[in-house]
Amino acid sequence: MAGPMRIRAASADGVTEVRVLMSHPMETGQRRDSSGEPIPAHYITELTAKHGDKTVLTAYMGPSVSTNPYLAFKFQGGAAGDTVQVSWVDNKGESRTDEVQIR
Amino acid sequence: MRKKLLATVVGTAAVLAASSMTSAQELNFDEYRQMLRDGNPAELFEMEGEELWVTARGPKNATLEQCDLGLGPGVVEGAAAQMPRYFADTDKVQDLESRLMTCMETLQGIDSKEIIDGRFRQGERGKVAAIVAYVTGQSHGHKINVDLSDPKVKDMYDLGEKAFFYRTGAMDFSCASCHSQDGLRIRATGLPNITTPEGAAEGWGSWPAYRVSNSQFWTMQHRLWDCFRQQRTAEPIFGSDVTIALSVYMAGKGNGGEAVWPGVKR
Amino acid sequence: MKKLMFAAPLALFASVAIASDLEARVEEMMLSSFKANGIASLDRQKRDEIQKACSSPTQPDAETMKRLEAVEMQTIQWPANGDYWQGGSWEEGQRIALSGRGLTWTDNADTVNGGGCYNCHGLDPANESAGTIGPALHGYAKVRGTSEEIVKYTWGKLWNAKAYNACSDMPRNGFGGILSEEQIRHVMAYLFDPASPVNK
Repeated sequence: MAGPMRIRAASADGVTEVRVLMSHPMETGQRRDSSGEPIPAHYITELTAKHGDKTVLTAYMGPSVSTNPYLAFKFQGGAAGDTVQVSWVDNKGESRTDEVQIR
Repeated sequence: MRKKLLATVVGTAAVLAASSMTSAQELNFDEYRQMLRDGNPAELFEMEGEELWVTARGPKNATLEQCDLGLGPGVVEGAAAQMPRYFADTDKVQDLESRLMTCMETLQGIDSKEIIDGRFRQGERGKVAAIVAYVTGQSHGHKINVDLSDPKVKDMYDLGEKAFFYRTGAMDFSCASCHSQDGLRIRATGLPNITTPEGAAEGWGSWPAYRVSNSQFWTMQHRLWDCFRQQRTAEPIFGSDVTIALSVYMAGKGNGGEAVWPGVKR
Repeated sequence: MKKLMFAAPLALFASVAIASDLEARVEEMMLSSFKANGIASLDRQKRDEIQKACSSPTQPDAETMKRLEAVEMQTIQWPANGDYWQGGSWEEGQRIALSGRGLTWTDNADTVNGGGCYNCHGLDPANESAGTIGPALHGYAKVRGTSEEIVKYTWGKLWNAKAYNACSDMPRNGFGGILSEEQIRHVMAYLFDPASPVNK
């Protein structure tokens, strides 16, 4: 499952707060299924957030992060109507990019 | 460098885990739930459900936009807060999930049998859950308002109350075994007293919910199904009378309380 | 006047009829709304006398309770070899007390049932995630001693709690085949053995 991210971005006093909810299984590779077979690891490794062309956040993630991760961060700048773009890549090479306009 | 950072994080987690069990009061996890609310992954299901609502699907290749949840075709906002309710077209009191089955069958041509005989979180029943996330989200913050002056709804309420106290199964449990006193816990989980308006509103008003412990989104049908599983009864049929009756009892008892749908649970 | 006198008993009859009609309908619903799944068979939806008597917010009158309890008391099987707990292992008893497994439709006939004791009772004071539906039993034997009376009572309560309180929330472990005699002996050891963490 790699459905769309839920991204919200709001700017106030020159600071933009971004809240991202990702849809991802984040399998650790440590679990087994009901028949005892190991469930392969499947987790986001890297997340990038851009304000326009400028990267405002790079995050390295690992298997200890929960299923459907939630991430909130702030950056300086950003105005209502600007675009914030968030992308992730996982250990299987799958990726997803979504964007939202700052409120 | 990264290794060192990772070690710090793991260390912090261990310290948190140890200290989180020091006070019995903390077992209620209210603060934890508060933290989760900001990033409730149930929103992912709401998004999926909203998409499903407007997507043409099924043998009739139709959307659900003409589905009547009791406030007229297509009216979603506030509809869940007034369910279960009586629907003249089916001559039945229906909860949201059984009503969605009706809409999916009549509008889209999706056979209800597939949902009734299906499994939670899978196939068409899984899609019903996503739509439930969307529809209940549109009643977030509304007051629970089930019409008990409707004799058919009141009749289901009476049946539901009886079912609530019905002791049966391999361990002699009824719903009341766990849910008829204030302030009790089963293991570390708080149990709402459903026999009081406050407790009923807390129970009814917080499901469907995303469960962080297993990363699953559960509807009220799913919640009731697992309650019966742990009561050691036979398996309740999806959307059957007992599930509707208990829902009417809970919702009716909780009338006036706030719906915080979709909820988030440990 | 005459009309009124007639009306009163009739109205009374009508409300009784509605109540028993509701009772019959709920019984029908508790059967028709369920299906068998694996070991969770449909006969689980049929109540025995105790379950029926305790299916309302108020429990039966004292006389009925006594009569029901006397019937349940007859079902208790006392240890055949006279050993209530000495031959049991508190470590095994702890495992049984912690396990909530068994008898659901996701279990099978080979599942070893647990007692699920911690769902409702505090036992080992170090285990803080115990439920509070039943009384806390921390220091069980340290508080109550190990007299024959308390030992026998505890065995009986574990075997069939309804013999002591017809409408108890506690399952009838021995009578209902939830736990075996051997398992009950282990749980007894968990409660009575001075070495058990319950008594630390």
